[in-house]
Amino acid sequence: MRRRLFTAASLLALTPLALAADVFSVGEKQAANWHAIIMFMFFVALTLGITYSAATRTKSTADFYTAGGGITAFQNGLAIAGDYMSAATLLGLSAMVFAQGYDGYIYLLCFFAGWPIILFLMAERLRNLGRFTFSDITAYRLDQGKVRTMAALSSLTVVCFYLIAQMVGAGQLIKLLFGLDYKLAIFAVGILMMAYVAFGGMVATTWVQIIKACMLLFGGTLVVFLAMSIFGFSFTKVLGKAMAVHTLGDKLMHPGSLLADPLTAISLGLGLMFGAAGLPHILMRFFTVSDAKEARKSVLYASGFVAYFFNIIFLMGLTGILIVGQNPDFFENGAIGGKLIGGGNMLAMHLAKAVGGNLLLGFLAAVAFATILAVVSGLAMAGASAISHDIYAHVIKKGQISERAEIRVSRIATIALGSIAIILGIAFEKQNIAFMVGLAFGIAAAANFPVLILSMYWKGLTTRGALWGGYGGLLSAVVFVLLSKSVWVDVLGFAAPLFPYTQPALFAMPIAFLLAFIFSQSDHSVRASQEKEAFADQYIRAQTGLGAVSAAGH
Amino acid sequence: MYERVRANPKFQQLVTRRRHFAWTLAIIVLLLFYGFVMVVAFSPAALGQPIAADSKITWGIAVVLFMFIFFWLLAAGYVYRANAEFDALTQEVLREAWQEQK
Repeated sequence: MRRRLFTAASLLALTPLALAADVFSVGEKQAANWHAIIMFMFFVALTLGITYSAATRTKSTADFYTAGGGITAFQNGLAIAGDYMSAATLLGLSAMVFAQGYDGYIYLLCFFAGWPIILFLMAERLRNLGRFTFSDITAYRLDQGKVRTMAALSSLTVVCFYLIAQMVGAGQLIKLLFGLDYKLAIFAVGILMMAYVAFGGMVATTWVQIIKACMLLFGGTLVVFLAMSIFGFSFTKVLGKAMAVHTLGDKLMHPGSLLADPLTAISLGLGLMFGAAGLPHILMRFFTVSDAKEARKSVLYASGFVAYFFNIIFLMGLTGILIVGQNPDFFENGAIGGKLIGGGNMLAMHLAKAVGGNLLLGFLAAVAFATILAVVSGLAMAGASAISHDIYAHVIKKGQISERAEIRVSRIATIALGSIAIILGIAFEKQNIAFMVGLAFGIAAAANFPVLILSMYWKGLTTRGALWGGYGGLLSAVVFVLLSKSVWVDVLGFAAPLFPYTQPALFAMPIAFLLAFIFSQSDHSVRASQEKEAFADQYIRAQTGLGAVSAAGH
Repeated sequence: MYERVRANPKFQQLVTRRRHFAWTLAIIVLLLFYGFVMVVAFSPAALGQPIAADSKITWGIAVVLFMFIFFWLLAAGYVYRANAEFDALTQEVLREAWQEQK
């Protein structure tokens, strides 16, 4: 059944990003889309203008890393939601509803469910304890040099893999939507990203994300509004008609093959839930608001936008079944039920064209480009701060460094990361990179999250335990992904995977927790008992914000 | 300063109340979500049943939509209580600690 857009494996490949990287590789270069290019140029001009004004105001490290803590809860909520609603979410998940029906809706819920948990258990403590990077929290009462090095290394690993996956996906998507050459697309993304981050720092990065989130919410809503108007805004009518024409028939709204196996289901749920809570570019957003109250409110806004948008995506997929799925113009050789022109992930784009013509198609394509740009900028920002703030300022210089010098190092790090991203993006053009996103989420969930949550909640965590837990989680996540289908079979060419699940979280996370526990408990050094004593004061700061870094005067 | 905060019974009150509330909500979310995942894994047919005999809407759609809305309402409930009650308590604890210092 070739028409199935996703193989079982890529369905379980945990993030729509993986789907994007996977599916766009089949897309072919289209004729230049001028509507899209002109609208995208507007976006670039606007965001570069913001970057310029941000650059003139960025003076301290706080300005650079966290926009001086001056982002409001509403703005930050939009930015967090923006980080979460990627191009791949829009394209991959609407296509999934189109092809699989109800499974797509379940998948959307899995993506959403982690947010309330982050709010209840993490948001306030993150803001009260952190300053610029999440390593500030893990290293709070532990050995600065060793723990920061560990946290920065796993952050950088996550950032690099995620960045490569995004760059390759971006190149292919832009080639498809805009009719630009792959290399040109990679250079455009890389250079704009460097400009935003190096000059505008967190202020520019956040505003790029906010503008894009608004464009995405507006574009998605408009498409669904126009599509639903065809059916008199009757959900029941759409559902009934969709069941009548879809190959799945009445089974369209039944759970399908996606979560048939409970272990896969739990592993996926864990990976998506805690992966998000360990991604450095998301964690960093908690430090851009003035206090714990604003952090709390920003998660509420963010989860509201995400919940709304995910339901919009569900409706896009459903109406797409009727509007795109029944129109021969959108299929190769005009064969309804065959392959969609441009590949399976083009559903949202075709739907936009069907209900709003070339103008709406151009707008949505520009949104998709803006989305990629915003996400890679956030990643570069997180990577640059791990290099300059954690490794250079704290590990190499032991905190003896001027703010100007630290910002300069961040800028150099951004240029370096951007160049690496461009080179690797071009090098990996034809490679199968689906595993990289799995790896990024796996490492985030297994290396970053356990040590972070233990450092906030468990008095007994010592440097030794944190290092074992962190490195153990990192290593086991890498090994499990290496042995899973996406690398062992798809890249290395072996017949069967040694590790049957694509998402390593269910297994790598307990390993990290266990190692951190055992090696903390068995640590009887003087240093360890001092670290345990220091928890009392850390706990008061976490609970009350006493001593927390407040917003810089703006 | 930290010592005085710790000694303040209001601080203990704040911590205990917030912990109970946050964990209760978190456990509700986790139970509902993983309960749902278990139903998907073990009894998928149940979710395919229509909510009314002549309706096209299935229990599966209704349950997922309910969770989207309910989880968000829980989050809103947490933020509402934290903004009012917990923040007021925190301010009181901090103010009292500062006053004692003077």
